[in-house]
Order: sequence, then C-alpha cells, then structure tokens
Amino acid sequence: MPNMSLKKVPMPEQNPEIRRQNFEEVALGYTEEMAVEEAQRCLNCKHRPCTSGCPVQVKIPEFITLTAQGKFEEAYNKIKETNSLPAVCGRVCPQESQCEQKCVRGIKGEPVAIGRLERFVADWAMKNLKKEPENSESNGKKVAVIGSGPAGLSCAGDLVKSGYDVTIFEAFHTAGGVLVYGIPEFRLPKKLVQKEIDGLLAQGVKIRTNMVIGKTLTVDELFDEGFSAVFIGSGAGLPAFMNIPGENLNGVYSANEYLTRINLMKAYKENAVTPIMRSKNVAVVGGGNVAMDAARSAIRLGAEKVYIVYRRSEKEMPARLEEIHHAKEEGIIFKLLTNPTRILGDDNGWVKGLECVQMELDEPDSSGRRSPVPKPGTEHILDVDTVIIAIGTSPNPLIRSTTKGLETDSRGCIVADENGKTSREGVFAGGDAVTGAATVILAMGAGKTAAKAIHEYIQSKNS
Amino acid sequence: MYKIIRKEVLNSQVKLLEIEAPYIAKKAEPGQFIMLRVNEEGERIPLTIADYDREKGTVTIIFQEVGATTKILGSLNAGDSLLDFVGPLGKPTQLEGIKKAAVIGGGLGTAIAYPQAKKLSGIGSEVHVIAGFRNKDLIILEDRMSKVANKLVVTTDDGSNGTKGFVTDVLKKLLDEGNAYDAVIAIGPPVMMKAVCNLTKQYGIKTIVSLNPIMIDGTGMCGGCRVTVDGKIRFACVDGPDFDGHKVDFDELIRRLSMYKGYERKAEEHLCRLGGIANA
Repeated sequence: MPNMSLKKVPMPEQNPEIRRQNFEEVALGYTEEMAVEEAQRCLNCKHRPCTSGCPVQVKIPEFITLTAQGKFEEAYNKIKETNSLPAVCGRVCPQESQCEQKCVRGIKGEPVAIGRLERFVADWAMKNLKKEPENSESNGKKVAVIGSGPAGLSCAGDLVKSGYDVTIFEAFHTAGGVLVYGIPEFRLPKKLVQKEIDGLLAQGVKIRTNMVIGKTLTVDELFDEGFSAVFIGSGAGLPAFMNIPGENLNGVYSANEYLTRINLMKAYKENAVTPIMRSKNVAVVGGGNVAMDAARSAIRLGAEKVYIVYRRSEKEMPARLEEIHHAKEEGIIFKLLTNPTRILGDDNGWVKGLECVQMELDEPDSSGRRSPVPKPGTEHILDVDTVIIAIGTSPNPLIRSTTKGLETDSRGCIVADENGKTSREGVFAGGDAVTGAATVILAMGAGKTAAKAIHEYIQSKNS
Repeated sequence: MYKIIRKEVLNSQVKLLEIEAPYIAKKAEPGQFIMLRVNEEGERIPLTIADYDREKGTVTIIFQEVGATTKILGSLNAGDSLLDFVGPLGKPTQLEGIKKAAVIGGGLGTAIAYPQAKKLSGIGSEVHVIAGFRNKDLIILEDRMSKVANKLVVTTDDGSNGTKGFVTDVLKKLLDEGNAYDAVIAIGPPVMMKAVCNLTKQYGIKTIVSLNPIMIDGTGMCGGCRVTVDGKIRFACVDGPDFDGHKVDFDELIRRLSMYKGYERKAEEHLCRLGGIANA
C-alpha cells in the first residue's frame, strides 16, 4: 500500500540563522527511514511520466521501488546505469521543472521527492560501498574531452565504459568545472565532486589539468597527438557585464570571479591566501541560480544586507525554487522589478551605491517572458559597497578562434546537431558550449548523447 | 608538477626561475604570460614569460618578491617544483613590420621587455633599449639586454650608476636627436607606462604597453582583469595583455590594482607567522 501523504517527507536542513554563518551544506539529506517512507509515495504508475522529464533517462520508478524495499545498493546501480553523477544531480537538478514536474502525485499534493531520493541513494552508496567499478577492456582508441565540468565528465564516463582511452583536458588546476568553481560548498560539497571524479579515474579516465585548449594545445594538435575524436565541453565561462557606468569601480565583481575566489580558491576560509572583499552591503544583479549562489555566499562572508536586484518579477526568475526559498530564509532581500542604471563611486573609486529604476512588465518577448520596461522617475539608490553582476555567461572564444572550420553562432556558441556533431569531422560538442548557460543536467545529457555519437563515429571509421 | 631547473638571484628582490614546461615552451611568444600556483593552498598569480627555450622545453620567469606568493616562490630552489604552471596565455606582442623600436623597461618590467627586444633583434630591427631603476643595486639584465640592443641606456632615479633621471628623459632626448621609431614598447609600473604614453602621444608614435591587472584564471573567465581601452571594457588576459598605450585608462588600472592592498598584507603576515617564507 503506497504512502498517500500529500506532502514530501521534509528535508532536514541547517537552521537558517546558523547556516548563514557557515559554508557547510544546507540540506542534510534523508535518513534511511525517511528515504523508505518517501519512496513509498511512488505509485509506480504504468506510463512512468517522470522518466520523460529526465535528460539522462534515469530509471526513476525502478530505483524508487528498490529504495522503498530498502535495497539501496541495487537502487544505486539502477541510477548509475544512465547517470554518472547522481550525488551531484540529486543536489543541483531543477527537479521541479523536470522529473518531479511530471509526477502523477503532483497533480494533487506534492510530487514524489525524486531528487532527494536520488541524493540519498548516491550518498548511501558513497558511504557504504567500497568496491570501485572494474576497468572496462580497452579498445585502444583515444578520445579527448575538453573540459571537466558536467558535460565532459558524463561524456568521459560513458566512453570509458565502452572501452575508450579517454583523456580530459582541464584549463584550471582542479577538475570539476562549474561544479567546483561555480556552485558553492553549501549547495554541493566539493568532496562529493572529487569522489565522483575519483570514480572516473578508477575506471581509467585520465585528467590533464593546466591545459588550456586553444592556447597550450589546439584541437588540431589533439588529433596530431593521436586522438580519434574530440568532445568539446568547455562550458560558458565568459561573464557578461551590463555596460552601465561604474562597472570598473573597485568592489564590482562578475559572479564568476566572486564565486571562483570563494569556491575554487577557498577565499572564505580564514587565512586563505586568495583575498575576497569582506563587504558590508552587497547587491547581486540577476535572478538565476548563480545570482542566488553569489548572494548566499556574500551573507556567509558576513555582509549585513544582501540584495538580489532582478528586473522581472519572482515568477520569471530562472533560479530553482529551492534556491529562492533558501535565499529568503537566509535573509536575502529581493528587489524585484528593479534594474540597475549606474554604479556610484566615492572619490577613491570604490563602490558607494547602486542606482536602480523600477520596472514594469510589458508583453512577452522572444524568450516567452514578459519584457520589463523602466518606469520613469523611479530612480533610487541602494546603499551598497559591493556589486556582483550575475546576468549570464557565454562560451569562451579561445577554442572557436583557434579551430578552423568549427561553426559557431552569433552568440559564440558551437553549432552542433542533436547528437553533438559539429561542422568539423571527429569534433563533437555539448553542454553550455553549445546551448549557452543552462543546467548541469542538460550538460550531462548532452555529454552522454555525444559519447554515443562518438562511439558510432569511431566504429564507422574502422569498419 | 613543474620542476625548477635553474635559479638566479638578479638583485635583492628580483629572482629568476627556469621551469620545465615543454608544452608552454613550444608555443610561447614575447608578450604572453603564465599563471602559476606554488602549492595546494596557494593563490594563482600571473607572470609574464621572460624567456623560453623550445629545445630544452623550459620557460623562464622573473619576479619581484612583493607579496605572499612571490615570497614563497623566491624561497624555492633548483630541484623544487611548482604545483601548477599554465600557459602561454594572452596574445603575443605584434612585432612584425617594426624596423626601429625603442623598448623601455621600468624596474622588473625590464625582464618582460627583454623577450620583446630579443625577438625584435632576431627579426633584424634596430632596437634601442632604455631600462630604468631606482638605484644601481636594483639593475637587472644589463648584460643580456646589451647583447640584443643596438643601443642600451640604463638610468637610475638617484644617478647612482651615472645616468640620472627617468626613462622618459632619455626617450625624449633620443626622440629630439632625430630617432624615428616605428613603435615604442613600454613595460613597467603603470605610472611609468602612463608617463611614456603622455610623451609619445606628443610625438605621434605608436606605443605598446603590457598591462598587469589582478586576475584569477587568465583565460577570460573571471573578468577581474578588465581594463578600459578606448572607452571600452577589455579583458587583459584574452584581449591583451598588450594594448595601444594611448588608449588605456591608466588611472583606473592603478586604482584597480590597489583593490586588495589591505588583504594582501594580512596574508603575508599570516605566512610569516607560519614560517612559510624561508627567506623572509
């Protein structure tokens, strides 16, 4: 008999008052009992709508059934059949717009907490399963993967399973891409990411850090080095600025810089060598997950007031519901329908305020969201000493500018078909490098799809 | 790991390390830089490539011990290794077509100006080098520069080596003597580069400067290194580090370089207390 509770088993969380003073994980995870109880809410319905909402086709009803039976190891193996990074996805996927959105239980009441269950199973496996997966037999074919973020890791994971000799090239000194430089510790502990990466290394994937493709080596040189195919999963790392006066004042950051200092370079730790401003009042411009991450990091660094400045209303915010909810709990002040017009500086060139204007929503624009227009005469000043710009990122030009014949679009995104095939033979691409800034799970899905296409490509060349 | 194969002490504050980095050595060109991290706790710092040897597979860096990281770097010796060393980053200096150039180095900038002078000499240009230092004890690379320069003038602010004055005084004299330079390449403290640009603007001579703003990744990802050039935001790491000196907002650059002054002192004190700096 299924558990007919209309509500999800609540997620244990750190108290907002306490967690806004530390960088430890906010959501603490289900216990075994909670997981079984929640798993029993799944009706195991015949038409399995949830699976169609998953970009990596996790066998959701199967793993949940196994979880409900307390068979956690089997549940883990079931997830791992299609998802190489379950501990990550269980934490950062926007489930409310994917699997859980389709869940039948969501029609009346809350959907099954698929994300929380995935996280539970992955964490349980990390804690309790020691045996690393066996090395697949190598077929001797070399594939290069550029970038060690979600797209690259999932592509590498699938290719190594098929027997390829996979080398990941990472520009930074640490693998993980946005999972380590972008997403904060309190949302995705770095030791989990490292464990997932260690798992890939154990399967035989090689990672070469400090390799900037486009500079240290080019895509063409990778072929010269004997790689049969190249996957570009270099993400969207180039930060956008607003082009308003005052953006080069001291105290203005891109979210990329702010978060990289904190996450990758550990600037939040006492006595870290990499510095970060200890701000009094902070305005974060933008309404996505990155904006929430920056705002919540700022409050943890001791800021008194942290504002989210977003030009549309909350309904249009691209951030996950959970992140918005957590940010509010932690005291972040939401300035909605508000748009910055200029950043004000003091005599020494430091930020002393952010001038904003009120906005109202007009007709829907090309993105389907109602476009904001300024209300004249509503200019006002937020008293802040730090401004963080989190209005989006686009793909870095280093690869496209050094790879002849690689087609890109007007936004600098690599043009690839639905299988990740680019205009260059043997070159595949996926994730943010193709779509522009999107989600971890879409990038993982693209990495998987490309891995399949790469396998077919190499096979066809050898037959 | 990237092994240090040679260390040279150039003066009391400036040191040279030759580092095994074959991939970077193969590609490096004058004007480009590397990012390095000494150890696991270290920060990433950019340093301009001072020399490279494609056959030996080595890259040379020259640095002044000004902060926590450069002090630790200075305490390392041949046989030690750096944890991370990545590059070559940034665009190479455009030297093609320059028949006659004045290459100006200010202090440590002389180390960065050296590969430019060497390359120009190699492509058959006439090279005048002006290297300025505060006093004679700080003079570096005089012998190396003299090998690649058709004319070398070393100045000191206090006249302790004989030629008293600033690099701009010497440049003005050379210009007034009728030297027609296709380009002036000025590398040094922003204040010096600004002064050189103010002078060359009057003479209408193209001036290339190499900027050194604060950066984290060096690949266009943080935007911390943004500078205003010709009224537009540019990233020094990918659009530069070389720019047309007549269009650079030097005052903004100087201000942005001071962003972490207070924090850096704190980090340095901390490292000193830990005994992390052998030579401090």
